[in-house]
Amino acid sequence: MADEKKEPPKAAEGAGSPAQKSVEEGGGASPQAKPDAAAPSKPPAPAGVGGGAPGEPAKPPAAAPPKPPTAAAPKPAAPAAKAPIKPEPWSNPLLDELQKRFPGAISEAVIFRNMPSMNVAKEHLVAVCQFLKGAEGGAYTLLTDETAADYPKREKRFDVIYHLYSFEKNNRLRLRVQVSAEEKVPSVTGVWPTANWLEREIYDMFGVVYEGHPDLKRILMPDEWVGHPLRKDYDILKQDEAWVKANLGIKSGQ
Amino acid sequence: MPEATFLDANELVINMGPQHPATHGVLRVKLKLDGERVLGTECIIGYLHRGVEKIAENRTYAQFTPYVDRMDYCAAVTNGMGYVEAVEKLLGVEIPPRAQYTRMILAELQRIASHLLWLGTHALDIGAMTPVFYTFREREEILKIFEEYCGARLTTHAFRIGGLQYDLYDGFEREVVKFCDYFLPKIDEYEQLLTKNRIWINRTRNIGIISGEDAIALGVTGPVLRGSGVKWDIRKAQPYEAYDKVEFDVPIGEHGDTYDRYIVRMAEMRQSVRIIRQCVERLAPGPIFGKVGKVIKPPVGEVYHSIEAPKGELGYYVVSDGTVNPYRVRVRPPSLINLQALDIMSKGHLIADIVAIIGTIDIVLGEVDR
Amino acid sequence: MLDATIKFVFATPLLLALIKILIVFAVLSGIVAYLVLMERKVLAFMQARLGPMRVGPWGLLQPVADGIKLLIKEDIIPAGADEWLFLLAPAISIFAAFTVFAVVPFAGNFVVTDINIGLLFILAVSSLGIYGIILGGWASNSHYPLLGALRSSAQLVSYEVAAGMALVGVLLISNSLSMVDMVNRQLSMRVWNVFLQPLAFVIYVIAAVAETNRNPFDLPEAESELTAGFHTEYSGFRFALYFMAEYTNMVLVSCIAVTLFLGGWLRPFASFTALDFLKFTPIVAFLGAAAFVLWLGLKSGVALERYFFMALAAGFVVLAIPLLYPPVLNAIQGIFWFGAKVLVFLYAFIWYRATFPRYRYDQLMDVGWRWMIPLAMANLVVTAVGIYYWPWLKALLSRWV
Repeated sequence: MADEKKEPPKAAEGAGSPAQKSVEEGGGASPQAKPDAAAPSKPPAPAGVGGGAPGEPAKPPAAAPPKPPTAAAPKPAAPAAKAPIKPEPWSNPLLDELQKRFPGAISEAVIFRNMPSMNVAKEHLVAVCQFLKGAEGGAYTLLTDETAADYPKREKRFDVIYHLYSFEKNNRLRLRVQVSAEEKVPSVTGVWPTANWLEREIYDMFGVVYEGHPDLKRILMPDEWVGHPLRKDYDILKQDEAWVKANLGIKSGQ
Repeated sequence: MPEATFLDANELVINMGPQHPATHGVLRVKLKLDGERVLGTECIIGYLHRGVEKIAENRTYAQFTPYVDRMDYCAAVTNGMGYVEAVEKLLGVEIPPRAQYTRMILAELQRIASHLLWLGTHALDIGAMTPVFYTFREREEILKIFEEYCGARLTTHAFRIGGLQYDLYDGFEREVVKFCDYFLPKIDEYEQLLTKNRIWINRTRNIGIISGEDAIALGVTGPVLRGSGVKWDIRKAQPYEAYDKVEFDVPIGEHGDTYDRYIVRMAEMRQSVRIIRQCVERLAPGPIFGKVGKVIKPPVGEVYHSIEAPKGELGYYVVSDGTVNPYRVRVRPPSLINLQALDIMSKGHLIADIVAIIGTIDIVLGEVDR
Repeated sequence: MLDATIKFVFATPLLLALIKILIVFAVLSGIVAYLVLMERKVLAFMQARLGPMRVGPWGLLQPVADGIKLLIKEDIIPAGADEWLFLLAPAISIFAAFTVFAVVPFAGNFVVTDINIGLLFILAVSSLGIYGIILGGWASNSHYPLLGALRSSAQLVSYEVAAGMALVGVLLISNSLSMVDMVNRQLSMRVWNVFLQPLAFVIYVIAAVAETNRNPFDLPEAESELTAGFHTEYSGFRFALYFMAEYTNMVLVSCIAVTLFLGGWLRPFASFTALDFLKFTPIVAFLGAAAFVLWLGLKSGVALERYFFMALAAGFVVLAIPLLYPPVLNAIQGIFWFGAKVLVFLYAFIWYRATFPRYRYDQLMDVGWRWMIPLAMANLVVTAVGIYYWPWLKALLSRWV
């Protein structure tokens, strides 16, 4: 794990306040197309990162404290010096194992603020999850959370995020699956039953359809609601006026 | 539950809620019954959905802090703690020790208050109508401390990104220690009323059993997981603030039934008092705010940070795009994920037990629905 | 003139009985009304709060307010309800509850009628109260009250069996079904039945709590369950009747327990003349109450409250004065001790409600059928055997002692 602390403060967008310790770097999330600033910052990247070219969009700047993922007790902020904030490419025997078993499935493994994350291709998702849950894969038996984020400017607009935790190794891992609005994501309820309601919520809020989910229907919004509220193109004041009129009898927006 | 079985003529579907004195909020539970035995439950939630995650995208980081209190409104301090710590992690800010210990004291006081509320209402659902008055009397003392510290009793907005807004008031340590001394014998009082009471044991032993493996598979965390024998507490496993500097035990249960969860929560209250006492000793004068600029603009990135809230693992997934508004804030609600376990815990029990099981999971609908 | 009237009344049994009935009815209604208030106050004090305080000084006029409220409420009869039964059901409950008081001996010489099958009468008529519950649930034309009524009546019937069997133990000892005889037997045996039949006493008390649908056996009417009980659809005065029937039943079972087990109107150690000074207890009690109330009054900061308490203390003292006159003291002995013991029982009822969680329905039936009844039967057998061999045992003991 490279322990890099250098960086010409490259003010990317609007990183106005001088007092801010964290320095903006390239590689922003989708709204900003990023010139990749990764190049100067990263020393010979430990190449174990298959295909994870730094500077890919959607890879945030990484943090400094180089704790190996297997150590416990990360501190929220290490008293680093002027650390550049970028995702660092992450290498790990687990990653190598994954590359070996599922060639082409994993890309862009990085670590930021002590939490490793990697992109998983959706075709291999369930298999990778099964492997990770097993003892050889690190015993990630707890699916802490499953959520999504919407980056409408990207072609594959949705990021479905899985946060995993391993009791034995006491470490966390983030998986990311990028899909477009028309694609279906395989459900992991067979691997972790937790995902049942979590995937329903993602379907409800984002419209991501899951394949193989036992009971995919809306969970928070009323069943007949039209629209997926957490999408970026769903304005915060917008409502399903027909539903409101039919069920509440008022004009929407009051 | 698969749709087909609802049409079976031998079974009865009964609806509980959303208005019901025992569901602790607007929760609707459809019970599928065979006579009095419950064959399965289906929870319908969303009655209290306020779109907090959507709101987050339209507020600045600091503006969003008061919103998180309103989710688990019975434990607002820990909600706030999780969020500000997540943003601080994103920023890479370090909090001075005085702020850390103060946060811990307030968080543990909030844990006690949340467990007291749980105890009172759980006992009331089972029919013991007296503990609720006693627990609320003790809770009152904690709320007085909160009010004097930050001006609010319930939705406290106690913390800020980077540290604390208010320094401790004169006499804070004294009042907190006085509360600890006053409170410990009260836990003995509650135990005297309930722990060895035959009727209480009859109503809670072997009710709502969930095994450790099932709990982990369903993502259940917090006292429910610990009641099933899994010794896992985020304060010990991945300490935040200064939890690695204080000593405390993590109580666990054995059978994973309601009685064990009751014992676990009672023991947790005692451990909280222990933590508070140690933190009060270590309080030293110093700054209460870390190095955070006036405008909070974290670097582009994403972070997931979780804490041990009274109800379980409360996590925040914050994605920043470099602007003053967060790009996405996701709250991992322990109550929602624990509520998923209701189905497996209630199979084979009688209707009268459902109330006890919902109570023992300890949900707050504000957190389930956000 | 007065003399002649009194002679006439005493000579005409019917008239005497009517007057006694009126007295019992009036006093009992008052007691039941204030029992509701006592429960609220005692419960409140156990729960670190004060209870009703607004209506009248320290809430003492609360029963009046409750009564008026219930009387002036709208009379609602659910659509589709069997109107005749709907009206009849609470009447049956209260009828059964009040009628049994005809054989309860309040004092040595005050019982409305002392029939020689008193105990049988009690068990039989109090069982009629269950009809009130079933009919109420049925007539409401709603399935939740029906379920609650069925559960409640099943519970009552089960615990009737246990209670009845426990009482048979006492019957065996006393050799008579008449209530007055029971007490006189305790006097002549020089020991209260509770010491001879402790198990029966415990069983009877538990069964009594279950009979009256009180906590910990009040699942059929608990609010946090799905069914709200047989009286869901009742409002206004009819609900008041059910409510009164429940509290009257509470007083009734306490009176029965006191009469059969605790020596009725006898003072403690009634057969030991050495302890005759105990007959001054009523005076001590009244003066003590006056002192306590006075202390409360002096402690209070509100002038009105202080005057009220002082007036109350004065009232107690005034009541104590006639007791200094021996004939009055002797006359009052019976009712005083009876009342004190019943009060202790009622306090215990309220105490249970504050303390215990509620039994689940199947656990409740389990306790009744698998524990109470077998124990009561065992008690019966042991008692019967003991009585049969008692002369032989007595002879054996007297040889050694």
